[in-house]
Amino acid sequence: MTEHTPGEMVRLLTPDGERVPHPDYELESTPGELRGLYRDMVLARAADGEGVTLQRQGELALWPSLLGQEAAQIGSARALRDDDHVFPSYRDHGVALCRGLDPLHIFRLYRGVTHGGWDPAEHHFHLYTLVIGSQVLHATGYAMGVAADDAGTAVAVYFGDGATSQGDVSEAFNFAAVYNAPVVFFCQNNQWAISAGNERQFRAPIFRRAAGFGFPGVRVDGNDVLACLAVTRAALARARSGAGPMLIEAFTYRMGAHTTADDATRYRDPVEVEEWRGKDPIARLGLHLRKTGLADDEFFARTDREGADLAARLRSSVRAMPDPGLADAFGRTYGDEHPLVAEELAWFREYSASFAAAGEG
Amino acid sequence: MTLSLVRAINEALRGALADDPKVVLMGEDIGKLGGVFRATEGLQKDFGEHRVLDTPLAESGIVGTAIGLALRGYRPVVEIQFDGFVFPAYDQIVTQLAKMRARSGGRLGLPVVIRIPYGGGIGAVEHHSESPEALFAHVAGLRVVSPSGAADAYWMLRQAIACDDPVVFLEPKRRYYEKEPVDTSAPAAPLHSVRVVRPGRDMTLVGYGPTVRTCLDAAAAAEEDGVSLEVLDLRSLSPIDFDGIEASVRRTGRLSVVHEAPVFFGAGAEIAARISERCFHHLEAPVLRVGGYHMPYPGGRMERDYLPDLDRVLDAAERALAY
Repeated sequence: MTEHTPGEMVRLLTPDGERVPHPDYELESTPGELRGLYRDMVLARAADGEGVTLQRQGELALWPSLLGQEAAQIGSARALRDDDHVFPSYRDHGVALCRGLDPLHIFRLYRGVTHGGWDPAEHHFHLYTLVIGSQVLHATGYAMGVAADDAGTAVAVYFGDGATSQGDVSEAFNFAAVYNAPVVFFCQNNQWAISAGNERQFRAPIFRRAAGFGFPGVRVDGNDVLACLAVTRAALARARSGAGPMLIEAFTYRMGAHTTADDATRYRDPVEVEEWRGKDPIARLGLHLRKTGLADDEFFARTDREGADLAARLRSSVRAMPDPGLADAFGRTYGDEHPLVAEELAWFREYSASFAAAGEG
Repeated sequence: MTLSLVRAINEALRGALADDPKVVLMGEDIGKLGGVFRATEGLQKDFGEHRVLDTPLAESGIVGTAIGLALRGYRPVVEIQFDGFVFPAYDQIVTQLAKMRARSGGRLGLPVVIRIPYGGGIGAVEHHSESPEALFAHVAGLRVVSPSGAADAYWMLRQAIACDDPVVFLEPKRRYYEKEPVDTSAPAAPLHSVRVVRPGRDMTLVGYGPTVRTCLDAAAAAEEDGVSLEVLDLRSLSPIDFDGIEASVRRTGRLSVVHEAPVFFGAGAEIAARISERCFHHLEAPVLRVGGYHMPYPGGRMERDYLPDLDRVLDAAERALAY
């Protein structure tokens, strides 16, 4: 076994859909909860697929697909309480969905209508961050504030395997440890940072880094939604209790390219992709639901229909989306008055109006 | 009361901590030590470790977590130990701190103040004497200010902390121990306004931070030769009070901008361009710039020749007046 093979990781559901026990992490779940997790993953995949399609049709500038990472995102996000605060990266559409954010916000971002634009307070879900790893420090600072407020809530931050190479992520681990901040570091190791694999990002497994900073780290099967849920739930409870940060490495696989601008066939062995297709997170839970009789054909058909309906709504909404005017952007740069912005906006309006006047004449 | 500039900073921080429970100070060695310049002396003792945070030695970490605290509703005031050590935090400042309001559709303000002792003249080793203001002023979303004396230091810092936008607050370290009366009962001027610190007729000198004193010395020397120089303290580099500069230049017809930072692409270039556009028919000479050379800040034994001094300011005045 090399350092880059998954090795020991927390698993509660095998790829064949069998429930297995784990000495440290157990999960009590009702049939309704299990069906809910399945539905979340289907909806996330449907929205994501529509993102890829709309980019191909020229409606979006870019789309980073979450395909293959549904269990990591849904499992961890469903462990959160409403008043926990989340700092996502830029591929966490499934987490967004669980937080109640209309996916249309994310489509606006990748269309170029906004750079985010939603209200983070409304769903306790911060804006996407595209600079790799920056948000891990923001989450840590936010968690320092949560601790100072004695709020009894937790903060979760999402980042990828590539981000662990950034200094900001190591600094965040250290600040969180030093200040005992209630933050859960959730790393989706999808094994690819664009074209660079794990062997070009690190030598020691990600989860082991936590020990060096002075807090626990655990690796979980990232394609097992139940394991992701159980481990994240435990980490959040630990953080809320004042025991400090924890690192979770969800070992998963990026089934698609990095984004729609990438061509993964240039650097990736198709055999590897096929191997991971057999570990599909949705199929895995689906098998379990069928085997145990917790869901019937009608449920699966209805869920697929819901996914198709969501995709259709997103498609028509994006196509009907008007381009915003630049004039509104001037006033968003500063909160307080700013003479330069006011001067430039006045000029922009006058210049724009001169075309209208010429057109009328 | 009469205070040194660094003492005025201390008083302003003390006042902000006392008035607003959401104000927190963050930085390296700012607790028990009181900061390497003692700007935070006694504050951790009086307000506690949860208000005055000694941080790990990581500038990006300091600013990145300050952003998180601001998102949580706090008003962090960050101390960067020296100008040349701000760059590990530059990414967080430029890509995150400055842009957050725009990215959030105007919703999220980040009231973070980044205090940076800056400039040369103290015989320091490398990375301890730099003037990086243009690198911040160029970034939309940031405000950049620099006081030249104790009274402004007190009030501009109070105003910066009260501001809902991020402010880079540049403290002229070689003027830290110069004293002047400070009235803490009322602010003298708005944060982003130019101030006429010495009226004159023949030419306008614009300085800020450490070079205001240099300009005043030059104006005093010129007066002995019968030349009347008006001195403006710019005070704010983003935004710049161009109306205030324009009003002066319309009277004097001549302008020289004096800063320690390299002349190339510096604040003087922006002021020269704007004032040339606004005052073209009032100018008797091109707008001149006096500042640092295009080289890394030199060793302490060479800085006398690098820094704009009284003679170089007068040299520029002579050239402008000879037009």
